[in-house]
Amino acid sequence: MLLRVNIDKDLVAAMATPLVLAILAEGTSYGYAILKRVRDASAGEVQWTDGMLYPLLHRLERLGYLLTEWGVSDEGRRRRYYRITPAGQAQLADQRRQWETANRTLGGIWGRTVPAMGI
Amino acid sequence: MDTTNLEESIAQWRTAVMRGRSVDQADADELESHLREQISDLEASGLSTDEAFPIAVRRLGKVDELTAEFAREHGDRMWKQLVTPKPDEGTRLSVPTMLAFAVLAAVLVQVARLAATHSGDPSAELFGDQVAPWFPRNLSFLVLPVLAGYFALVRRIPRTPAIALVAVGAVLALVLNLYPFEIGSSTDQLVWLHLPVALWFVVGAAYAGGDVRSPTKRMDVVRFTGEWAIYYALIALGGAVLMGLTLAILGPIAPEVMDDVFAWVLPSGIAGAVVVAAWLVEAKKSVVENLAPVLTAIFTPLFAVMLVVAAVGYSIPGIREDRAFDRDLLVVFDVLLLVVLGLVVYGISARSSRTAGAMDVIRLIAVVAAIVLDILVLVAMFARVGDLGFTANRVAALGLNLVLLVNLLGTAWFTGLLLARRGTSAQLERWQTGYLPVFAAWLLVVIVVLPPVFAFA
Repeated sequence: MLLRVNIDKDLVAAMATPLVLAILAEGTSYGYAILKRVRDASAGEVQWTDGMLYPLLHRLERLGYLLTEWGVSDEGRRRRYYRITPAGQAQLADQRRQWETANRTLGGIWGRTVPAMGI
Repeated sequence: MDTTNLEESIAQWRTAVMRGRSVDQADADELESHLREQISDLEASGLSTDEAFPIAVRRLGKVDELTAEFAREHGDRMWKQLVTPKPDEGTRLSVPTMLAFAVLAAVLVQVARLAATHSGDPSAELFGDQVAPWFPRNLSFLVLPVLAGYFALVRRIPRTPAIALVAVGAVLALVLNLYPFEIGSSTDQLVWLHLPVALWFVVGAAYAGGDVRSPTKRMDVVRFTGEWAIYYALIALGGAVLMGLTLAILGPIAPEVMDDVFAWVLPSGIAGAVVVAAWLVEAKKSVVENLAPVLTAIFTPLFAVMLVVAAVGYSIPGIREDRAFDRDLLVVFDVLLLVVLGLVVYGISARSSRTAGAMDVIRLIAVVAAIVLDILVLVAMFARVGDLGFTANRVAALGLNLVLLVNLLGTAWFTGLLLARRGTSAQLERWQTGYLPVFAAWLLVVIVVLPPVFAFA
């Protein structure tokens, strides 16, 4: 994942899987809409090179977290829709626990010592 | 930019994305749909088409980075495609290295042949010569370890797995040559049949660079095996033409040297071609489309029809006579089941999409028919064992059929899940790659355990 703004690219790569699974947990969607959802939810601060989303989606499909089917958009274009599977839900729950732990750990330490907005 | 121009630009971009071949048609459709939607959105926010197209393309990412990311996820596709060899592999995959190993295999076979024909115990026959009985049994030891050594060098295999492979080979060699086989006995023949396959696992481990646990490496070994068999068959075909013409043309003028020509050229060619075919697979995998998947696609439906007919035919009691499952037929059935398994495994290794398709239905039909046949064969075998008792041959055949049956059942199960959209093709692949050690273990049982159990008879 290549980053344009703010967040370090390794971190974006680490976020990508739970982010995509979480968006698909809201309902079946497709690539472009997923990216729009990411942009909206992060107010544009989390961005990645759009095309990189697709290899990730295909990997999650291969791992059995997603199912795909082809549909047609309102304009009559062929479109690949992605739907989360129970295995994907379980993976999302697991990732969520990990992120919450990471968040709590980091928050517990720099909540006292590091100013969030610079000096 | 008017609509025609935009269509042209998109078509150019699409060609560029698909050039590396890590992006297939469906992926390109998906990316193109994304691109078009992005352009529409940008236009809706007031940009002209001229302005929108480059922005939309840039957001999707640089073509080479994008295709590289696809290549990482779809490594199997790269197998068929133009990949630039890694620089270190390039030099080690050179023609002189390959030829050196091919010549080494040929020389080993010839030296052993001379030793075997001039030993005092010419009780076996090979290539028309009377030879010592150890020669045929050890033949695969003279060739396949050379191939394994070739890959160990090319792959720069780490020390620990290299030592493990040498140890496995050494143990097999010791066991075979210390066991007091009766010449021409069943156990001798069983070992003769199973040893090359067991050694092929050693070759496979070397091919995988010693990384035998990795499912993707195992799948690569499966692909390699299929391609190797095809290249070897092609070389053998060419060799047969050469030998036939040699016989036809030189035979009339120098009939007395023909035996020598065959004794020197044929074994050398058979041994050397093993290495040459392996090198061809490696060198050409970047140039030509893989052949095994193509042949698999052609023959899977045909075999499916044949298997269904056979399964129905042999299931109807009226058609089956008393001698329907005699010994020769059982061997034929074993070969058939192995061919089916080969077709299924290559079919799986060459899957182009991750979703179920018509080919999976055909494969499931073939596998279910093969299961029916395998069960019929097993019933007949158990009956034979019940009537006539255990022999080394019967145990070997029974075990092979059980091993195959379990594999086919798993294959049917996971193919069914895939078709019911409740499983993934990755599960199917994992089942097959995970099953390889079972085959290896069974081979070891036949080679190491059965001979002493049946007193080398």
